[in-house]
Amino acid sequence: MSAPPGTVSGMDTTYAIRAEGLVKRFGDTTALDGVDLAVRPGTVLGLLGPNGAGKTTAVRVLATLIRPDAGHAEVGGFDVVRQPHEVRELIGLTGQYASVDETLNGAENLLMIGRLLGLSRRAARARAAELLERFELTDAAKRAAGKYSGGMRRRLDLAASLVGDPRILYLDEPTTGLDPRSRNEVWDIVRGLVTGGTTVLLTTQYLDEADQLAGEIVVIDHGRVIATGTPAQLKARTGAQTVTVRPAFADELHRVRDAVGRVATGPVDVAGEVVTAPVSDPGALAKLVRDLDEHGLSVAELALRSPSLDEVFLSLTGGHS
Amino acid sequence: MTTMALRNTATLAWRTLVQIKHNPFELFDFSVQPIMFLLLFTYVFGGAIADTPGEYLTYALPGIIVQNLLFATLNTGVGLNTDISKGVFDRLRSLPIARFSPLAGRIVADVIKQAWAVTLLLVLGMVLGFRIETGPVQVLAVFGLLLGFAFAASWMSVLVAMLVSEPEKVQIFGFVLLFPITFASGAFVDPDTMPDWLRTFADVNPTTILADATRGLLSGGPVAGPVTRSLLWAAGFLVVFAPLSVRAFRRRI
Repeated sequence: MSAPPGTVSGMDTTYAIRAEGLVKRFGDTTALDGVDLAVRPGTVLGLLGPNGAGKTTAVRVLATLIRPDAGHAEVGGFDVVRQPHEVRELIGLTGQYASVDETLNGAENLLMIGRLLGLSRRAARARAAELLERFELTDAAKRAAGKYSGGMRRRLDLAASLVGDPRILYLDEPTTGLDPRSRNEVWDIVRGLVTGGTTVLLTTQYLDEADQLAGEIVVIDHGRVIATGTPAQLKARTGAQTVTVRPAFADELHRVRDAVGRVATGPVDVAGEVVTAPVSDPGALAKLVRDLDEHGLSVAELALRSPSLDEVFLSLTGGHS
Repeated sequence: MTTMALRNTATLAWRTLVQIKHNPFELFDFSVQPIMFLLLFTYVFGGAIADTPGEYLTYALPGIIVQNLLFATLNTGVGLNTDISKGVFDRLRSLPIARFSPLAGRIVADVIKQAWAVTLLLVLGMVLGFRIETGPVQVLAVFGLLLGFAFAASWMSVLVAMLVSEPEKVQIFGFVLLFPITFASGAFVDPDTMPDWLRTFADVNPTTILADATRGLLSGGPVAGPVTRSLLWAAGFLVVFAPLSVRAFRRRI
C-alpha cells in the first residue's frame, strides 16, 4: 500500500507516526517509561497491553491531548508538542475517552464536527448524511446518541473521527465492551479504511483483535515496550497453543493423559477431569484425535486454542507481569 | 485565526443550545423552575410579607431574577465538567480548532440562556402585575447589567468545574454556597427586618446590591450607587476567578 496523497513536502514522511523515548508521569505513576513507536503510512500498528499499561496515554500524547515529559514524537512529520495544530489537521481520534456528545443526535454530532473543521453548513450536512449512510446510522440520525446501543455508539464515534477524512486514525480500544457482531462490524470498517490508505494506530487488550487488524504489534506493559513483531512472530515467541481434553469416562483419565503426552511440547497438566497441555505442531490436534481413536478412548470435550493475552504476557514478561 | 475562533465558538455555542431540544430537564432547569419560584414567592409568601401578593411582587421580582441568575451560573461549570468527564472535550481538542473555543462557546450559550430566563421572568412578572415604571433604556441597562454580572460570576463555577471530578460536585458546591448568599440578602425581604449581624452581611452581599440595582432601574429609585457597586462586584469576580479558571483549564485539559 502506498502513502496517501497530500503528503507534506520537505518533511520526513517515511513514517506516519514516529515516537522516540516517550515518558509521561502522573504524580508517582510512570504511565510511559520510554516508549518507541514507528508506523509506516497505510499500515495498522496494534498497541497491545493490559489495562493501565500506558496504551491510552501513548495515544493521548500522539493526539496532542497531553505533552510528554520527555521524548519526541512526530505525526505526519509534525512535532506533537511544537506543531499540535498541524498534527490535529491530520488525525482522527476515537475510542474509550474521546466521545460523541450524548445529548446531541447522530446527525448533529457529525454536523458540529464538520462545521468545526471549516465546512460550510451545506457541505457539513452532506458529509454527515454520507457518513451516517456509510455506517448504517441513517435511521438513527435523529435520535440522541445517548440512546444508541453500544455498537451504534461506536460506529458514530468512528464516523465522527472520519468527518475530516484524516490520513491517520487513532482507535483507542474500539471494540471493548462490544458484542461479537458489533465487533466484527467495527473490524470491517477499519479494514475498509486501511484499504483506502489510512494509517491506523489501534490499541487493544485483545490479541485476537490485533491479530485480525494489525500488520505489526507493539506489546507494552508498565509503560515499556516489551515486544515488537508481526502477529505470527509474537505467537511464535509465546510458543504453544493449548489443547484441552475431557475424557468421556473418568477411569480413562490416565490413558487420555498419556495420549495427550504423545503430542505435547510441554508438561501435561491434569486438573479434575480435564487434561491440558501445550502443543506447537499444527497437525497435533489431528494426530491426537487419531491416537485417541486407535486406543478406543472417547472424549466429552476436545479443544485447541491460541494463547490468550495472559499467556502471551506471561511468556513475554517471564511470568512476573 | 480570529475568524476561525469566532466561528468555532459560534458552532460550539449552537451545540450547547441544541442540547436543550433533547434534554427536557434543562428546559425545566431554566424555564419551569424560575416560573415555579416566581409563583411560589408571590402567592405563598407574598401576602404574609407585604400587604398583598401584588405589592410583594413589585419588591421581589428583581430579587427572584437575581437569585435565578446566580443559580444559573452553575450551568456553565456543570456543562464543562460533564464535557470533560464524558470525553467530549478530548474529541474537541483533537480537532484543529481554536483552543479556547470550547470554553467560549459554552459561556456564550449560557449568556443566551440567561437572557432567556430574565426575559421569561420579567414577562411573566408583568402578566402577574409587575409594572416597569421606567423606560426602554433602563430595561436595556438591566439586561446589560444582569448578563454582564452573570458572565463575571460564572467564572467561579468554571473554576470549581476544573477542580472537581464530577458534575454533581459542581452542583453541590454551588448550592451550598448560593443558598445562604441568595437568601441572606435583600432579594426577598428588606434587610432592615434582619438581626444586626445578618443585616451587615446582607448589605454587602452582591445579591442585595444587584437586586437593588435591578429594582432601581425597573421601578425607579436610587440607581447610581447600587449599579456602581454591582459593577465593582462583577469586576472583582472577573479579576479573581477568570485568570484562576483559565490557568486551571490549561492544566486540566
